[in-house]
Amino acid sequence: MSSNETDDMQRRGFLKCMTWAGTAMVWTVVGGVPRARLVDSAEAAQPSTGFTFAQISDSHLGFDKPVNPNTTATLQDALKQVEALPTRPAFMIHTGDISHLSKPAQFDTAQQLMGATKLTAYTVPGEHDILEEDGKSYLNRFGKGTKGDGWYSFNHEGVHFIGLVNVVNLQGNGLGSLGHDQLEWLEGDVAHLSASTPIVVMAHVPLWVVYQDWGWGTSDGAQALSYLKKFGSVTVLNGHIHQVMQKVEGDVAFHTARSTAFPQPAPGKAKGPGPMMVPAGELHQHLGIAQVSVVSNTTPLAIVDTPLI
Amino acid sequence: MSELDQPGAPARRTLLHVLGGAGILAALSARHGAALAQGASGAQIVIDNFTFAPTPLAVSKGSTVTWVNHDDIPHSIVCPKLNLHSHAMDTDGTYANRFDRPGTYDYMCGLHPHMKGRIVVT
Repeated sequence: MSSNETDDMQRRGFLKCMTWAGTAMVWTVVGGVPRARLVDSAEAAQPSTGFTFAQISDSHLGFDKPVNPNTTATLQDALKQVEALPTRPAFMIHTGDISHLSKPAQFDTAQQLMGATKLTAYTVPGEHDILEEDGKSYLNRFGKGTKGDGWYSFNHEGVHFIGLVNVVNLQGNGLGSLGHDQLEWLEGDVAHLSASTPIVVMAHVPLWVVYQDWGWGTSDGAQALSYLKKFGSVTVLNGHIHQVMQKVEGDVAFHTARSTAFPQPAPGKAKGPGPMMVPAGELHQHLGIAQVSVVSNTTPLAIVDTPLI
Repeated sequence: MSELDQPGAPARRTLLHVLGGAGILAALSARHGAALAQGASGAQIVIDNFTFAPTPLAVSKGSTVTWVNHDDIPHSIVCPKLNLHSHAMDTDGTYANRFDRPGTYDYMCGLHPHMKGRIVVT
C-alpha cells in the first residue's frame, strides 16, 4: 500500500473495510494514527520490549468437504507456523469456530494440537462451537474460570485482554449479539482501569458491522465499544469471516483474521457467505495466522498477518 | 478427521436433490405470495446458499414441514413463536416439525440469523 493511500484513509477518518490477501502486513497505531505497510515476514515487528501473541481462528475441525478435506492438517500447519515465529509468542488466542459441529472428538483434537505447542490458548466460542448441549461441550473444555456463556478478562504485562461471546441467543436482526448480562459485566470489568491501559478485545463475530446482509456484525457491539471510549488504545480481534479486514475508528482498531480451514468470499462477492473453493494448490495462500506485538509504555499494537504458504 | 459425519452421503445427496426439485415445483406454483404445499401431509423447504426456499410456504394445519440442508455449512431452525430450536443440520441433514395450529410462523437460522423464512398454516 502506498503512503498516499494511507493518508487518504486517515483524511476520511472512517476507514472502509480493506482486504489484504496472500501477503504479510504490519499494521501499527501510534497515538491513534494508523500506519499500514506491506512487509515480508522476516521484517515482522519484533519489539525490543513488550511481548507478542499469536491469533488463529476458524479451524472448523470436522469439516471435510472438497474445499478443504483435511482441516486438521491445515490447523497443524498454522500451529507449526506459530511455533516457527522468530519471537516465541507469550500465548495464543483462538477467535472461535474451533470445531465445525461441537463434537467432542473435534474439540479433543483441537485441544491436543494446540496443547502440543505448550502455549496457553485463550479462546472465545464461535457459533459452530455451541451446537451441542447448549454450549456446555465448549464450556466444559474451554470455559473454566469464565462467566456466563464463556466471557472473561485477564491481564498480561499491563495489557487488559477481554474475551467476549457474541454467538449465543442470536436474534431476528440477523447479527451477532452480546446481550445485557455480558454488557453489564463488561462495563464493570473496565470501570476501574486507567485510561492508559491498552485494551485487547477478542470476539468471534466482528464487533463492527462488516456486511449486514450476511450478518457480519454485532448488533450491540457499539454499546460494548462505548464502555471502552476512555481508553487510548483499543484493539478488537475477530474471526468469523475467514479473511483479513481492518478498520480504524478513533482510538479503536478492528481486525479480522484468516481461517485455518477455508476462505470465504469478500462481502457481496458471492450469492452467500459459504466456503469458497480456490484453485488447487492455492488454499494455503488463503489461510493463515496473525501475530500481534505489544510494545511496553507506548500505544502501538502491530498486527502481522501471514498466510500458510 | 477420524469421524465422518455423513458416511454414504453422496447417495443420499442425490435422493435429496430429487426431493429438492419438489420444493422448487412448490415455489413455481406459488399463489398469493405463498407457495402451496405438496398435499396436506408434508412439505419441504430446501436450504441452499444460505437461503430458505420456498418462503413463504403455505401449508394446511397438521402438515409436517421438513427442512433439508444442501450447504457445506450447518444450519438450524429457530422459531421464537413456537419456542422451537432444532438441532444443527449438517450437509444433507434434515429437520421436521408438524404444524398443528393455524398462524404465521417466522423462523430463522440459529447460526446465521440473517437467514429468514415464513410458514403460513391455514
